[in-house]
Amino acid sequence: MTLATLPSTEGPSGQPAPASRQPRGGRLLGPLLAMPGIVWLLLFFVAPLYVVLAVVFGGVDPIFRTVIPVWNPVLWSSDQPIYVLTHIVGDDGIFGPALLRTAVYVFTASVLCLFIAFPIAYYVARLSGRWKGLLLTLLIAPFWISYMMRMLAWVNLLANDGIVNRIISMGGLLPDDTEWLSGKSVVVILGLVYGYVPYMIIPLYAGLDRLPSELIEGARDLGANRFSAFWRVTWPMSRPVVIASVLLTCLPMLGDYFTSDLLSGSPSTSMVGNLINNTVLTPGQTGQAGAFVLLVLIVSLVPMLYYVRSVSRSDGAAI
Amino acid sequence: MNALSAWWRDPWRKPRLLAAVTIGYLLWSLLPVLIAAAFSFNDGRSRTSWQGFSMRWYYGDPERSVWHDDTMQTALVQTLKLGVLTTLVCVPLGIALAIGLHRWRGRIPNTANSLLLLSFVLPETLLAVALLLVVTNLALPFTLGTTSQVIGLVTFQLSYPAILVRARLATIGHQLEEAAMDLGASPLSAQRRVILPMLVPAIVASAVLVFADVIDDFVIVRYLSGDASTEPTSVKIYNTARAAPTPALNALATLLLVAAMLAVALGFLAYRYLGRRSGETDTIGSFAGET
Repeated sequence: MTLATLPSTEGPSGQPAPASRQPRGGRLLGPLLAMPGIVWLLLFFVAPLYVVLAVVFGGVDPIFRTVIPVWNPVLWSSDQPIYVLTHIVGDDGIFGPALLRTAVYVFTASVLCLFIAFPIAYYVARLSGRWKGLLLTLLIAPFWISYMMRMLAWVNLLANDGIVNRIISMGGLLPDDTEWLSGKSVVVILGLVYGYVPYMIIPLYAGLDRLPSELIEGARDLGANRFSAFWRVTWPMSRPVVIASVLLTCLPMLGDYFTSDLLSGSPSTSMVGNLINNTVLTPGQTGQAGAFVLLVLIVSLVPMLYYVRSVSRSDGAAI
Repeated sequence: MNALSAWWRDPWRKPRLLAAVTIGYLLWSLLPVLIAAAFSFNDGRSRTSWQGFSMRWYYGDPERSVWHDDTMQTALVQTLKLGVLTTLVCVPLGIALAIGLHRWRGRIPNTANSLLLLSFVLPETLLAVALLLVVTNLALPFTLGTTSQVIGLVTFQLSYPAILVRARLATIGHQLEEAAMDLGASPLSAQRRVILPMLVPAIVASAVLVFADVIDDFVIVRYLSGDASTEPTSVKIYNTARAAPTPALNALATLLLVAAMLAVALGFLAYRYLGRRSGETDTIGSFAGET
């Protein structure tokens, strides 16, 4: 996690970073130092995406059911993507529900994350005073706790004889034999929120921390009440950061399969990540997994490019 | 009613509601983990009801404790191995990339910048599956296992040191290295003797962040692990969490947690010490890359 990957907050005082000029001397030093990293990215980031294409548009060995990647785009066959596409809607729509569910889960979880994250980030960044350091440390802490441990914690709490059921039965509100961990959408969505909300709070914090407070104070001085000062000054200024933090949260959710696996384990809550995970290691279905990967990639391409553009435009030199 | 509206209008009133929301959130976010860690010290088999304190699941139990269960030991060792190896490869690569991109203007470095950011936001599952397909479909000098895992992790983490170091470079500016060159240093020795020492805090921070992130990684290490001998702790937790595990699993997760927290705490102390010497800001925010 790093706080440096944000678009700058747009405000009247936000001046563009001075364009740094070419440092003098050693014209080759830059390319020379950057080359190993660039080659690494080309080999292990760009090339693998081509391999996905070669597998998706390749064939399947009729006997061993292994994938036969086709490297020449001229010879590509679209059997596997067509198989996947024709099984999304209609009578054979075996993949449709999971895709729809992914959209609903990711949308709901992102909205909930924003409702939780914004007030907290705002409070810690602007109002917490001398407690700021401690609160920020506690907000960052979940980053360094393994996602698996955080899910394991909830598996323990939500078990049939777990603490959640015991607390409920003490209150006598609900029957205490609710099976939380078998196919409950609510549990999976809350699990996603629990898992990903730190990834939203921290970038939001960094963005809100940078807002020029003179403008907000000025708005109050000039007669705006709390709400209109927030709505007409704070919110418009923080919008780029809000969009970036929402993207940083919902993009990784699109590939999530382990939250559903651990907190439900039932096909009734499987997401597109589960489709990928279930097919990628099954002989003969690897091409389908590749097709789903391609699908997620296409869906997330526009948001990803938007993020890259807004971050690299905001300060010319720094990423 | 008057008092209430006076309270509402008071511009200096304390934001108690927001404070309560924040504290509530922190409890919700951290308590479950603390409870899970506490049950690793449970005397009985249960992970849900407390039966007294013991170290049984760490080393007491002759078969199922972390110390005596070979699969858990293997997982823990593999986790630490991946953390160290990835950090050793990733951080120098990222620093060189950051300095290089900082000094290079044009189309190629701009594209590289965008690629780096793209690798930062690409859903991890997609990269992991792509690399899995590469390793299983191409004749490479390595197969699934530690090498593949390190390659995948370095690719996924490369943006952290590069972004942190670039953010620091942007605040340093070009004056100092130009002064060094005016005084007769070559471009390379200006980097080595002026810029690199100023980057040390950012380098320490990024090394710690990469290490802590790698030992918590799950998606890449799972797909690129060859067999049980290269499955790290997070995969072990995933595989056993729903299959009636003993508190030994909680103990394993707690050890991982302690390792990550220890690394971060030591890194932060080193960062603060180094930052004090060169008169930099040293908050936890700047440690994590806030500019």
